[in-house]
Amino acid sequence: MRYAMAVDTRKCVGCSDCVVACQTENNVPIGYCRDWVVEVVDGTYPQLELEIRSERCNHCDNSPCVRCCPTGASHIEEGGFVIVTHEKCIGCGACIASCPYDARYPHPDGYVDKCTFCLHRVKKGQLPACVATCPTKCMYFGDLDDPSSPVSKVLKTRKFKTLIPEAGTKPELYFLI
Amino acid sequence: MREELITSGRMNVAIDPQLHIWAWEIPFYLFLGGLAAGILFFAALYTLIGKEKEFPSAIEKTPLIVPFLLIIGLGALFLDLNHKLYFWRLYTSINLQSPMSWGAWVLMVVTPVSIIWAALHVKKTFVNWKWPFAWLDVLEVFFSRYKRILAWIMIIYSLILGIYTGILFSAFNARPLWNTSILGPLFLTSGLSTGAAINILMARTQHERHSFSRIDLMLIGIELFLIVHIFMGFLASTQVQIDAAKLFLGGPYTAPFWILVVFFGMVLPGILEFLELKNFKIPIFIPAVLVIVGGLLFRFIWTFAGQSSRWLY
Repeated sequence: MRYAMAVDTRKCVGCSDCVVACQTENNVPIGYCRDWVVEVVDGTYPQLELEIRSERCNHCDNSPCVRCCPTGASHIEEGGFVIVTHEKCIGCGACIASCPYDARYPHPDGYVDKCTFCLHRVKKGQLPACVATCPTKCMYFGDLDDPSSPVSKVLKTRKFKTLIPEAGTKPELYFLI
Repeated sequence: MREELITSGRMNVAIDPQLHIWAWEIPFYLFLGGLAAGILFFAALYTLIGKEKEFPSAIEKTPLIVPFLLIIGLGALFLDLNHKLYFWRLYTSINLQSPMSWGAWVLMVVTPVSIIWAALHVKKTFVNWKWPFAWLDVLEVFFSRYKRILAWIMIIYSLILGIYTGILFSAFNARPLWNTSILGPLFLTSGLSTGAAINILMARTQHERHSFSRIDLMLIGIELFLIVHIFMGFLASTQVQIDAAKLFLGGPYTAPFWILVVFFGMVLPGILEFLELKNFKIPIFIPAVLVIVGGLLFRFIWTFAGQSSRWLY
């Protein structure tokens, strides 16, 4: 069981509904966000190309944040979800420094927080809040080990990339290009 | 031309506009830990090779400050935590892949050992020292029988203490400036150098002072070699590491590093120590203090520069 997410950069319009839905669903403190929208513009006018990505924690297979956690608060749950156990976190910030994607932040309550792929929703058979909310339906989520899941199907038919694969983290957030 | 913008407006504490999760507490502890490691290493080394008569200060006097250095350092680390009430979680597990976990447990060994070592030797410096409780006298007699074992523990653990902080930083592949295996040895050498420098300051005999001056000169030479190689390594590495090296080769940290840390913290004290050994009249506290302050500044600059080196945006 290996959950992953795919975002179709050709359908994403950068509306940031995913950002707001996540903040609402997960009680993210005001001023913080667990996911964000990046727009990349290449070229000079009028030869311009635009890529829009909704980014978040990549729940990496070779996650540096899990490796560097001194207490084991940062751990991998079944299905590949990288989760922080709040009562084990000492707030040392090592995982924040270790993430090349800058996905983590120190929660005002003291522990380190980030996107959880809405594990609490997935356990109930629902989709993560961002995926469920997306108005262009450009986000796919599911089990990569299940060939009939939406994310497995779309990764078989579309070209995709991950962010900085050369960092060696084996991210599980795919961008369809 | 490429323009990358976070259009949803991210301004998360500690990561935006650039990573700034670690402030003064961490480099301050790195310096104190390195200094403590250096002092304990020399104390243990000279005990084990039987040179107690030649290096009395290094073995008996300088280690008296180490418990205070470590307690202040641990205090700084505690202040840095964001979830302070849970600090004890460091001691309910050991994660072999996390250098921070190693460090927590190493400090658990080194701090009591340094207190015992200081207690065993305090009467050599403070001749009228009397323990307030009788059981402390009993403990003193008990531990003085195991001095050699303590010295062995100290020499091994002080080397781990000196090197693990460099390994900790170097394990962060997300921070290209730190992601070099030379950083561990460099931090260790710097720690040993500051330990030698403080032994120069606290030595009572010319022989001891000059011995540590020679040792420090050699350690400075090794440090300069490692610094040259760290930059050679970056420039021969991938783009992110070339960019990281550029922070020090024309970037914002160029002047502070090469002038304050390398020249005033290593080259100048090295020259002064060399001249002093050749019997020029140079007050030896000058290079010793320069080395110690240089070590502190090196930790600060490296901690802050590392947080501005990155892969994305």
